Amino acid sequence: MKSNTLILRTAALAIMPLQLMFSVFLLLRGHDEPGGGFIGGLVAASAFVLYAFSFGVGSTRKLLRVSPKDLLAVGLLFGLASTIPSLLAGEAMLTAMWWQLPLPGEGYLKLSTVLVFDIGVYLAVLGTLMTFVIGLMES
Amino acid sequence: MKLEVVLPILIPLTAGALSLALWRSVRLQRLLGVLATGLLLAAGIWLMRSTVEQGFLVVEMGSWPAPYSIVFVSDVLSAIMVLLTGIIGLAIAIYSLASTPTGHEKFGYYPLMHLLLAGVAGAFLTGDIFNLFVWFEVMLLASFALLTLGGERAQMEGAIKYVTLNLFSSALFLSAVGLLYGMVGTLNMADIAQKVNSLEDPGMITVVSLMFMISFGIKAAAFPLFFWLPASYHTPQVAVSALFAGLLTKVGVYALYRVFTLMFTQDIGYTHNILLWAAALTMLTGVLGAAAQFEFRRILSFHIVSQIGYMLLGLALLSPLALVGGVFYIMHHIIVKTNLFLVSGITYRLMGSYELKDLGGFYRQRPYLAILFLIPALSLAGIPPLSGFFAKFIVVRASLESSEYLIAAIALVVGLLTLYSMIKIWAEVFWKQVPDHVTDGGGLNSGLQPRHTLAYYAPVIGLATCTLIIGLYGQPIYSLAEMAAHQLMNPQLYIDAVLGGQAK
Repeated sequence: MKSNTLILRTAALAIMPLQLMFSVFLLLRGHDEPGGGFIGGLVAASAFVLYAFSFGVGSTRKLLRVSPKDLLAVGLLFGLASTIPSLLAGEAMLTAMWWQLPLPGEGYLKLSTVLVFDIGVYLAVLGTLMTFVIGLMES
Repeated sequence: MKLEVVLPILIPLTAGALSLALWRSVRLQRLLGVLATGLLLAAGIWLMRSTVEQGFLVVEMGSWPAPYSIVFVSDVLSAIMVLLTGIIGLAIAIYSLASTPTGHEKFGYYPLMHLLLAGVAGAFLTGDIFNLFVWFEVMLLASFALLTLGGERAQMEGAIKYVTLNLFSSALFLSAVGLLYGMVGTLNMADIAQKVNSLEDPGMITVVSLMFMISFGIKAAAFPLFFWLPASYHTPQVAVSALFAGLLTKVGVYALYRVFTLMFTQDIGYTHNILLWAAALTMLTGVLGAAAQFEFRRILSFHIVSQIGYMLLGLALLSPLALVGGVFYIMHHIIVKTNLFLVSGITYRLMGSYELKDLGGFYRQRPYLAILFLIPALSLAGIPPLSGFFAKFIVVRASLESSEYLIAAIALVVGLLTLYSMIKIWAEVFWKQVPDHVTDGGGLNSGLQPRHTLAYYAPVIGLATCTLIIGLYGQPIYSLAEMAAHQLMNPQLYIDAVLGGQAK
């Protein structure tokens, strides 16, 4: 299934990058403010769905490069990996751990297991939805 | 942090994610399946040892203090259930090596199996009522998919009943949790337990407790809403049936045990009396339903229902001995019932049918298989010295001590009828000649492929050995059940363990 409207195709090419950037923004914003991995993953998936509607399943697969199932699996493994630091530190499972990486020059980068978990959710949601959508469009 | 409390959940979750990542290679997934369930069993043994030695093990997720965090609590009952999950998981993983059709393996059989085990273990360990709901959903999601894997017509029909009733039950569960939260303002089970007793309106608590009873009753396949079980359990491939038969309904039973010993003991005369009659009717309808069936797995499915009744009976009487009986019964039943399903899978593989009229002649040609069937079958019916005898004996004795003579009589009659059903299978499948209309070409003579033989028989032999051990060497098992019952009878122990000194 693929649409032949010029309007949709042109619009998709313009909207899709915005959606993807917005999804990453939502992902990173999600720790203290509305956002997070789940909604970010949904927005990213909607970008790819829009692309699939305009350019077909085949080119969407090419654009994704990896199989959606792999995205799902990697996402789940990210989620599980986020539990490991707290276990190694002897804390209760899922205790949030924070690190501060000094950046060259001023300032530092704050990293946390929460972010790792959220990235996992993001990938898992994206992978699940793309598995469904691609499966449905191909059948 | 006590690692053994979270390992039984982490291991299957990791294995599930890994086997999803390995979706291209069925071979690696199979290896991982056996490895991970073996680890789960080891974790179960570790958990059991620490729980027996140290008493309650409590882990607060994310280091937030209870009652604000999600807690994972292991008492003896939880540890027993997790250990059994490990045993059944390993048996099924090995059996699946031979019995799973290749199509199923490619469509995510192993990831789903791990997810199901994670859900089951999570439900046994959580100390938070909403988290319990989440684990139920994890488990049901995986079971929906496993049930329909293969996509045959009968499977779809069974799955519709299964899904509809279970979703209804989940919705009811969720509403009950919401109402309860509205009344006590907490989701931690220990915290709820200590707050419900000081509420002004005990009537509302009873109403909510009945919502929990109906919801868990559906999941445990208790009377009257049990019919989804015999409608669906015989439809998927046999390893899935066996896994469901062993573990899923028992999660419902476990939830009833947890909730009706810890939280809802205000109005025992009312709630537990309802449970008592539900238990009696569950026993009776199940066993009568089985008497009318002539399909191997359908007979076994109806017997799951009937056996659930005995477990509920142990809870409903709520005396120390009755709880010992109930816990003992759960241990015995999970192992025996899974094993019977596994045996039915072998006969199916050999003769290509589950219909009793199409089967026959196994005693002559496969005497060892016949013995392997007899051990769990007679145990299920309660013949000494097998595990089922002691389980039934304790439960019946407990009901006599509580002066429930009618209930005791029902339990005994049901035992007799169970024997009738098992004898029926024995006579039809094992004793009688191979029926004339069955051609010999594909049947018994071709046998199992040599490389499959071990994977088919090892789990059956292992589980039969467990049955014998529980029966012949029952004292340690009995004392375990006694410890579990002691903790269940004294909910204050659980509350103190979770909330520590800060309670009240």
